Amino acid sequence: MVGAACALYAARAGLDVTVVDRGPVAGGTTGAGEGNLLVSDKEPGPELELALLSNRLWTELASEPGLGTAFEYDPKGGLVVASTPEGLAALETFAAGQRTAGVAAETVTAGQLQELEPELAPGLVGGVYYPQDAQVMPTLAAAHLVRASGARLLTGRTVTGVLRSPDGAVRGVRTDRGEIHAPAVVNAAGTWGGEVAALAGVHLPVLPRRGFVLVTEPLPPLVRHKVYAADYVADVASDSAALQTSPVVEGTAAGPVLIGASRERVGFDRSFSLPVVRALAAGATRLFPFLERVRAMRTYVGFRPYMPDHLPAIGPDPRVPGLFHACGHEGAGIGLATGTGQLIAQVLGGRAPDLDLTPFRPDRFAVHEEAAG
Amino acid sequence: MGTEPVGPRGGPSPRLAIVGAGPAGLAAALAAAGRGVHVTVIDSAEAPGGQFYRQPAAALGARRPQALHHQWRTWRRLRDGLERHIAAGNITHLPEHHVWCVERRSDGTPGQRPSAATDRFTVHALLGPGQEEPVEVRADAVVLATGGYEKVLPFPGWTLPGVVTAGGAQAMLKGGLVVSGRTAVVAGTGPLLLPVATGLAAAGVRVAALVESADPKALVRRAGTLAGRVDKLAEGAGYAVELLRRRVRTLVRHTVVEAHGTDRLEAVTVAALDAEGRVRPGSERRIPCDTLAVGHGMVPHTDLAESLGCRVDADGMSVAVDDEQRTDVPGVWAAGEATGIGGAALSLAEGHVAGRSAAARLRGREPDPREWAAAAASRTRLREFFAALDTVYVPPAHWAEQVTDDTVVCRCEEVTAGAVREAVGVLGAGDIRTVKLLTRAGMGWCQGRMCGPAVAGLAGCAEAVTRRPFARPVPLGVLARAGETGEPGRAPVESGEPGGLPVETEGRGGPAVK
Repeated sequence: MVGAACALYAARAGLDVTVVDRGPVAGGTTGAGEGNLLVSDKEPGPELELALLSNRLWTELASEPGLGTAFEYDPKGGLVVASTPEGLAALETFAAGQRTAGVAAETVTAGQLQELEPELAPGLVGGVYYPQDAQVMPTLAAAHLVRASGARLLTGRTVTGVLRSPDGAVRGVRTDRGEIHAPAVVNAAGTWGGEVAALAGVHLPVLPRRGFVLVTEPLPPLVRHKVYAADYVADVASDSAALQTSPVVEGTAAGPVLIGASRERVGFDRSFSLPVVRALAAGATRLFPFLERVRAMRTYVGFRPYMPDHLPAIGPDPRVPGLFHACGHEGAGIGLATGTGQLIAQVLGGRAPDLDLTPFRPDRFAVHEEAAG
Repeated sequence: MGTEPVGPRGGPSPRLAIVGAGPAGLAAALAAAGRGVHVTVIDSAEAPGGQFYRQPAAALGARRPQALHHQWRTWRRLRDGLERHIAAGNITHLPEHHVWCVERRSDGTPGQRPSAATDRFTVHALLGPGQEEPVEVRADAVVLATGGYEKVLPFPGWTLPGVVTAGGAQAMLKGGLVVSGRTAVVAGTGPLLLPVATGLAAAGVRVAALVESADPKALVRRAGTLAGRVDKLAEGAGYAVELLRRRVRTLVRHTVVEAHGTDRLEAVTVAALDAEGRVRPGSERRIPCDTLAVGHGMVPHTDLAESLGCRVDADGMSVAVDDEQRTDVPGVWAAGEATGIGGAALSLAEGHVAGRSAAARLRGREPDPREWAAAAASRTRLREFFAALDTVYVPPAHWAEQVTDDTVVCRCEEVTAGAVREAVGVLGAGDIRTVKLLTRAGMGWCQGRMCGPAVAGLAGCAEAVTRRPFARPVPLGVLARAGETGEPGRAPVESGEPGGLPVETEGRGGPAVK
């Protein structure tokens, strides 16, 4: 997704773009995601600024003829709910901070919760509604952004090396089927971004953080917003390797309800874990009791590209002239893709980026810090 | 981990769960039950027998159900053995139990729920036609005898009422004794088409044509392999005689290119195939019929094995097993169609080996393969025979060319061939998973079991082993409490823990919610 967005904005900036992927379009974490475009789960800071920029750009893309429908853009809004007064107080403090950063966040009473989401479990004390939260179908979004970019798309082709000129500058990539020459290379390999960085001889600590998503049978629209419990925010920001689950429930344009979110650092282990999906089902049925009798059709696993400080790497790599990074967005890669693509296109074209890229510097990790992360 | 002896000396017998009560599952059950192992056979059907020995519902009062079956004696032996062992308490048969997952517990992991060493597997099932009530069966080892299902490739008009699968037609004949139409065409490829055509004819249906896309004469070239299978050749010859006697026209190297009708099937167009597997222009002819039974072979059911982590060979989509029918996951055996399509006789042989091996290992004994030498020899011969059939009975190489863009390929999600082609040609899909994500083909109720081979063929990509962690849809409420449900006739929670623990504190993978 991030690569597709980089391709789109770079092409629109007048660059000649080639997209290379060892798999198909959206074959990595993009195809395993829910397609969240969220501001609600981010505290004030550089990630939230990137989210707000991205959110605006997604809205603009969605209004282009045919594009919004093609990737099922749905500005559904997010609803964060609390089950205890203390939880609600913490949530309101969090939201107050977000408002000062430009997030629209409306406090919702227990009574209003039922109006917004009639199927919600009784007994919740209140919540916060975030009208800017939206959703896209991520695989369609990636495919249609690449298509709209007009970039050359080379799938099923593995990058095996980064070509450097004698002065050390990047001059393209070597693949398993020949070389591709270019004065700039953008590493948008997501969870595998560390491997691509290593091909250029630089270290970039991207680690997989596994997540399962449960998918139900198709339903009429019974869950209107993206609904999640307040503890989700704490889990997103956590550094723990152990399993964490917090219920995140939302409907989709196609009918099925998607249920997340689990987080655990177990490497690239794809094996099915009944205990994890069981916890997801339990959390979802607590939020929405009607889901008890709704059937889970399938579940899938993905690996969020996790970086030690939970911020992506965006921008030029000072260690290798011509190498740019756009990866490590953890669970927010779809949402942050447009902003990332815009920023990358700006620095590729030698223009000043819309946001200060210092917090996203790819070389910000000293080796001793990584050992701790 | 091996299959150490379990349970204290003089304690309860080791428990073996067998998923599936077809030929493989029953053979495994009978082989194990007589040897000091308690067997639970878990099966989705009302009565044992599987697809092959499907029985007419008792209420229909069929006088001679054997008329529709060969190997009736074999079935009687299995059925009588099953009844004897059930009466003796060696086998528990759980019909109408729809297994959605087999869970393996890796003992000793921190955060693991404490469990007896005997509690290595949990078979999660849903009870009855509603499939809502959960049942869990604990076992020390599992035999997966999950069988196979039919492969049907699409063609224009294939979704019309009146078009049924070949296996579906046979199931109707065997189970319901009802016949859906008066004039039928049987088409596709594979040895199943012969008994379907003769069965329909015997039931009084006029079979207008048997349309086989392969050329069975090619089998003659494999005569060496087939020479050892006199019984199979005789079986084939028997069908051929029967087809002649019933005046069924057989068209080899032909294919159905379209089914016609407005509200339901009225006719089919068949055409000859050239040596490349393309339709010969001008060879089309129309055959009026109200039933089309179509099938393109079988596909193994591998979902349970796959989510247990067993190796599934992408070539043939079958569960990989060793000479003892063991998968590469300790404590999990597989037998029958799940390990590769080979029919009932091969399933019986594999099931027998699996049952003997599992029983010996569950009792802490290294099995001696000489115990099952006859079954192993039969298994070798039959595998060779079916490997030879597989090389002959393949769908025409260019079948996808006949599928028009407006033909629905994925019936659950109503995805057309045109949408699949667009995903590949325009949007950059290169594999079946991406086609699925871009088009929703395979995301519906059947989870791509029906359309998987068709989508792969249309997309021009390899068929992949699809991960389906839920072998069937499971209510979220059941999923949320999985692991807390009791077995039939047992206490709700067996491990000595108080029941009804809140889900939050009970997760086996560590604290679920902090």
